[in-house]
Amino acid sequence: MAKRIDVSGLDAFYGHFKAVEDVSLTVEPRSVTAFIGPSGCGKSTLLRTFNRMHEVIPGARVSGKVMLDDENLYDDGVDPVAVRRTVGMVFQRPNPFPTMSIYDNVAAGLRLNGVKNKKVLDEVVERSLKRANLWGEVHDRLGKPGSSLSGGQQQRLCIARAVAVEPQVLLMDEPCSALDPISTLAIEDLIQDLKDRYTIIIVTHNMQQAARVSDRTAFFTIAGAGKPGRLVEIGDTAEMFSRPAEKATEDYITGRFG
Amino acid sequence: MAVVTSSPPAPTKRLLESESAGRRARNRLATVLMAACLLIAMLPLIWILWTVVSRGAGLLGDSTWWTNSQRGITSRRVGGGAYHAIVGTLVMALMTAVISVPIAIGTAIYLVEYGRGRFAKLVTFMVDVLTGIPSIVAALFIYALWVTAFGFQRVSFAVSLALVLLMVPVVVRSTEEMLRLVPRDLREASYALGVPRWKTIVKVVLPTAFSGIVTGIMLGLARVMGETAPLLILGPYTSSINLNPFDGNMAALPTFINQDRNNQALDPAFDRVWAAALTLILIVMVLSVLGRLLSRFGTVKK
Ligand SMILES: Nc1ncnc2c1ncn2[C@@H]1O[C@H](COP(=O)(O)OP(=O)(O)OP(=O)(O)O)[C@@H](O)[C@H]1O
Ligand SMILES: [Mg+2]
Repeated sequence: MAKRIDVSGLDAFYGHFKAVEDVSLTVEPRSVTAFIGPSGCGKSTLLRTFNRMHEVIPGARVSGKVMLDDENLYDDGVDPVAVRRTVGMVFQRPNPFPTMSIYDNVAAGLRLNGVKNKKVLDEVVERSLKRANLWGEVHDRLGKPGSSLSGGQQQRLCIARAVAVEPQVLLMDEPCSALDPISTLAIEDLIQDLKDRYTIIIVTHNMQQAARVSDRTAFFTIAGAGKPGRLVEIGDTAEMFSRPAEKATEDYITGRFG
Repeated sequence: MAVVTSSPPAPTKRLLESESAGRRARNRLATVLMAACLLIAMLPLIWILWTVVSRGAGLLGDSTWWTNSQRGITSRRVGGGAYHAIVGTLVMALMTAVISVPIAIGTAIYLVEYGRGRFAKLVTFMVDVLTGIPSIVAALFIYALWVTAFGFQRVSFAVSLALVLLMVPVVVRSTEEMLRLVPRDLREASYALGVPRWKTIVKVVLPTAFSGIVTGIMLGLARVMGETAPLLILGPYTSSINLNPFDGNMAALPTFINQDRNNQALDPAFDRVWAAALTLILIVMVLSVLGRLLSRFGTVKK
């Protein structure tokens, strides 16, 4: 049930500042797409327009179209809350709810949306933790606080929490940047497992990571401070890393820029 | 300038010099000053505690202190208890809390989560103004409203209304601060799960800030329980027990103290003044401890 994302003519603003300009791209379902580019080029901003999280920042707004299969997320009458149930998100820093146990963290999405049936919740928690490759490490201490886990475990807990509500798309904004190499590998493996169910977009600063996990890569850049970020090119990852179409992409991935 | 540049180079300095004598002296001076300040700050506190405990502890050991009122006991006579005043103080504090806490928390949530623009600025300004209102002004305001305008009796409920004016700004301020401490990340994590905003506030933000909010409420209550001006203006003292906040006089610890203070030359009254003061301090302490315990509920067991 993973969905295709079709972006056309998208601009994103913070107040009067245009952070992203005229992005059009397609994200294929059941695949991993990596967003790369120098700091400040608007990768996070763009990602957050895909689940309407951009607009929770005061003054932030979006123009353009983001089609999820055949529905425009920005049509009048579309409920951002419903969008966020369909498009899940994992943040850069692991952020489990500090007042909740491991179990409650995973169950939070369902519980806060009114699911009370204990049996259903038990099943979802176990399934989600298994999908996040965390079940083995935590199944005997589900009642402990989520914050008692290591950073890498916490990030997998956050992934379990995100997949527990059965989204169609999973957005990950530098999910490994706060983690050690072992935890990073664990999450990369997890992304490979998750991609037959979800459409995954991952923002990363790590070229090797982009090359390892993604099927397609989009490269963004920025002309200078105060200018908006733009999409340079998007294509097959192997292709892009071996024969980039644009000079700017080549410079960036070979480390001559940014 | 040329003279300076051509002067012989200073003897080479070691990279990790030992502290210079001057710096050591300054450091010692600063340390002594700080310690002196601490002492000066602590001294009155310890003095007060010592006075109150040494003079007031005697009566507190007596079980009648906790169970009897002052009914029929004149300032010349030993005996009776503070039950009427303790209950009165607790009843008024409870009413004050029940009214203030929802208002204050609601206001704080509005200011932190929703408030933008001019109206929010106005609310913040009003809270600031309220914070600075002397308790006697709050009391007179309620008097003008309750007694003069509405023609009601002076009853303890009116006292509570005046106390609400004093408690709300304290709790708004502390709650606001606690809510602002909740990281943005957590709110966004909740939104990203498709949880609506109000539910995020109720189920994620408030529980995270819970212990801080409870501490703020306890501070506000502690402030309000010792207030005397509203009692003097709106809550006449009685030596009997009265539990009805809408009818008749109700005693409170501050007015109890005030009553016997009028006759403090007499030993029985003098003793009761200090015992009542100590009782008030103890009640505030017990409430703070209860607040701490309550705030533990909010967190998951380690
Ligand atoms: N909350 C905000 N308010 C105003 N401007 C913002 C905000 N967040 C980001 N920006 C600006 O938008 C631009 C794009 O930022 P964004 O965070 O999307 O970049 P990024 O590509 O994710 O960078 P990084 O790789 O460092 O995470 C930057 O110029 C940034 O200063
Ligand atoms: Mg970013």
